[in-house]
Amino acid sequence: MSILLVAEHSNKELKPFTLNAVTAASQMDTDLHAVIIGHNCGDAAKKLSDLPLVKKVIQVEAAHYENFVAENFAPVIVKLAEGYSHIVCSANTFGKNLMPRIAASLDTSQVSDIIKVISSDTFLRPIYAGNAFATVKSKDPKKCITIRPTSFDPCESSGGSAPIENVEPSEEFNNTKFVKREEIKSDRPELGTARVVVSGGRGMQSGDNFKLITSVADKLNAAIGASRAAVDAGYISNDHQVGQTGKVVVPDLYIAIGISGAIQHLAGMKESKVIVAINKDGEAPIFSVADYGLEADLFEALPQFIDELNKLNTIQK
Amino acid sequence: MKILVAVKRVIDYNVQIRVKEDNTGVVTDNVKMSTNPPDDNAIEEAVKIKESGKATEVVAVSVGEEKAQETVRKALAVGADRGILIKADGILEPLSVSKLLQKIVEKEKPDLVFMGKQAIDDDCNQTGQMLSALLNWPQATFASKIKIKDQKLEVTREIDEGLETIEINIPAIVTCDLRLNEPRYASLPNIMKAKKKPIEQLNASDLGVDTSPRIEQIKVEEPPKRKAGIKVKNVAELVQKLKNEAKVI
Repeated sequence: MSILLVAEHSNKELKPFTLNAVTAASQMDTDLHAVIIGHNCGDAAKKLSDLPLVKKVIQVEAAHYENFVAENFAPVIVKLAEGYSHIVCSANTFGKNLMPRIAASLDTSQVSDIIKVISSDTFLRPIYAGNAFATVKSKDPKKCITIRPTSFDPCESSGGSAPIENVEPSEEFNNTKFVKREEIKSDRPELGTARVVVSGGRGMQSGDNFKLITSVADKLNAAIGASRAAVDAGYISNDHQVGQTGKVVVPDLYIAIGISGAIQHLAGMKESKVIVAINKDGEAPIFSVADYGLEADLFEALPQFIDELNKLNTIQK
Repeated sequence: MKILVAVKRVIDYNVQIRVKEDNTGVVTDNVKMSTNPPDDNAIEEAVKIKESGKATEVVAVSVGEEKAQETVRKALAVGADRGILIKADGILEPLSVSKLLQKIVEKEKPDLVFMGKQAIDDDCNQTGQMLSALLNWPQATFASKIKIKDQKLEVTREIDEGLETIEINIPAIVTCDLRLNEPRYASLPNIMKAKKKPIEQLNASDLGVDTSPRIEQIKVEEPPKRKAGIKVKNVAELVQKLKNEAKVI
């Protein structure tokens, strides 16, 4: 049994979640190889070979790999898969786009977004946006698995010296052309990976009032979230939506402000380590998942909250 | 141009999921079912393209139990021209669904296949990509903007880093994000009209696809419950608790 991990990278560097994926993959079997497919990705390949858990690095270079197009990536991985029992990748947009294309070519039923490795063929995965956990066993001879990176710790990043082997690229897929990538540049951490998330709901009453959320988020170096109700009311754009139909977040601290706690919202945040709820309705369902609940009018509580934060000597970033 | 749209019947997103006592799955009896939310965006986009004169026919297809007919009927009520229901019982994995859809694509020969990016029940996010692989077609996943240019589509995709734009040649698969559009509601006259639109019924077994599961579902459980929290009296106490007890700020 041996595992092939598909590394996610930017050609220059490994994406941080590759380290979490390596941890998960190493729990399936310690005979772990990693493939890096890109263009001028030698530096990233070197960093992959530094990971002590990785026994061998396979580097595939070609100009048509520069922009990570799944139609170009899948054939070379399918060919490499001959020598492996498991193909593993992170379940972020890179892996979600790529892995099913590999799995279908291998006639494998993919196991998506696992949060725990129970054994080499049995995994725990959330379904219904985390409202239920399923234990599943893959019966396919070759397994295709994507892992939820936030459920695994990053692996050790230095001290290894895996050999790097070069493999011939596959042909270019001519019906898909990369045009451009617009990375959202923000001083704020990304919603999906932020340590702290401050979210507002319909209780904010207007888009203008979201300035209060922004002030709190600035103090805590937090990402800004919102309930579907706030998005539907037009207070904030829907890329901030936390919930079953938005983003699932697992921060250290989640602050829900003026959010009643509809099922669909809870599904997106209830795995957060510490949850704070500020709501004037003491019966709001959000309090049932909150570690610290404050029954108060948010328009009074938020300015006080900022004042209290200002009084602290230090705030973790 | 012809557009095939795949729609799935799922538990409505507002329903509180309950796990069965014997841990074999979740309770679906007497539970409100709806169209998978991003599949509504897929239908909406196809209908908009037809309304703009760039498509001639929109065909809605669903795979599942007899009742999935309601989901097809809803697609017809918002503008699809006709429907196909592939009847199949039991757990259907995305690999099986994509093989069944491949059969429909071979028969119907659409130029585009649209579907939601993910179903909110099994959360697999696989079917569109698998169908693309089986057909060796280009795939534009997580689409938030689609522009038709001759025999090409320019698609903006929602990726973790922001937005990505790709150009794909037709025929192609597009999986739709919730940001793609605002799905319309079916009007009463259109609901009435949809009752007269044809739905072809097929059996999965007649299409020569083995749909037996490859993944054994050992058990389904409730996620671990959070321990009950406390109510704080005021903001000062809240900040003090976050700083000194939870140590998160």
